[in-house]
Amino acid sequence: MNCIIIDDEATARLIINQLCSNIKSLTVVDDFPNAIQAIKFLNQNEIDLIFLDIHMPDFTGFDFIDTLKNPPKIILTTSDANFAIQAFEYDCIVDYLVKPITPERFQKAILKAESIKTEVKKSIKIDKESTLSDNHLYVNIDRRLIKIDIPSIYLVEAKGDYIRVKTEDKNYTVHSTLKKIEDKLPKDLFLKVHRSFIINIKKIIDIEDNSVLIKKDVIPVSRSNRPELMKRLNLL
Amino acid sequence: MEQPNLSYINSMSGGDKAFEQKLIEIIKLEFPEEKKIYFSNFNAKDFKQIAENVHKLKHKISILGLEKSYEVAVAYENNLHDGNTDLHEQFEAILTTITNYLELL
Repeated sequence: MNCIIIDDEATARLIINQLCSNIKSLTVVDDFPNAIQAIKFLNQNEIDLIFLDIHMPDFTGFDFIDTLKNPPKIILTTSDANFAIQAFEYDCIVDYLVKPITPERFQKAILKAESIKTEVKKSIKIDKESTLSDNHLYVNIDRRLIKIDIPSIYLVEAKGDYIRVKTEDKNYTVHSTLKKIEDKLPKDLFLKVHRSFIINIKKIIDIEDNSVLIKKDVIPVSRSNRPELMKRLNLL
Repeated sequence: MEQPNLSYINSMSGGDKAFEQKLIEIIKLEFPEEKKIYFSNFNAKDFKQIAENVHKLKHKISILGLEKSYEVAVAYENNLHDGNTDLHEQFEAILTTITNYLELL
């Protein structure tokens, strides 16, 4: 983890630097005697962790956190245990170290910060994977699984025991139901406007009374589904 | 009265003599300056600033292993928020002890 230290006391900065030097996974990129210098640095650089003193003249540690749009993980370092409750209000604060900091307590705080970092990485990975699977759909046509790009679908129509999936490039007739495909499609993009039709609302060209025009298809909109459709449109 | 010691610094250094020396040098530089500001604010009866100065000095007190003196500093800082300077003399004695100790290092 890349980290910086913010503390107006040179003694404290040196001690934290020394504590960091004993932990292989930590790299101190820089240290700052005040929050203003650190903000300038953070505008140009990305870091994983900040050791932040609360009690600084002019600009407190909490003032500093409030200026950050996406704060990294923060370990507070302070001679005052009275701020612990306030610290819990910030999600980015992973631990609260009361000076003088012992090596044992410091190590515990780093383990905490590292475990949170790992969890964040894992959730990013999971998000990426789910996004990939959300972007396509496999349909069974003549014993072949054919991949369809979901955003390219503009219309799904029920045809008896089959559904007709229309995309930008090609149309597919699949043995399935409207209900099954509706469950697989992202709710923010697709809407069932009629008992026989699901449309991609981003592909709507115009709406007239009880119908929508998508590509060259005029699709009926049932009275019960119209309010939801109107709600989803960015109306002026 | 309890005496300053290097037990915390030694526990931190893990035998790193260069670090120990550097830390002592920085304390020797910062402490007299912080003490001077403390007395200046004390004479001006600026209680908010005095409390800030005590807050900063109490870290040095703890680094030098003065556990009981640290408690005095904590109490003094709290009292100062109410404008109470009763512990000033005790605190001044702590500062004198540290000054004398640093001169010997």
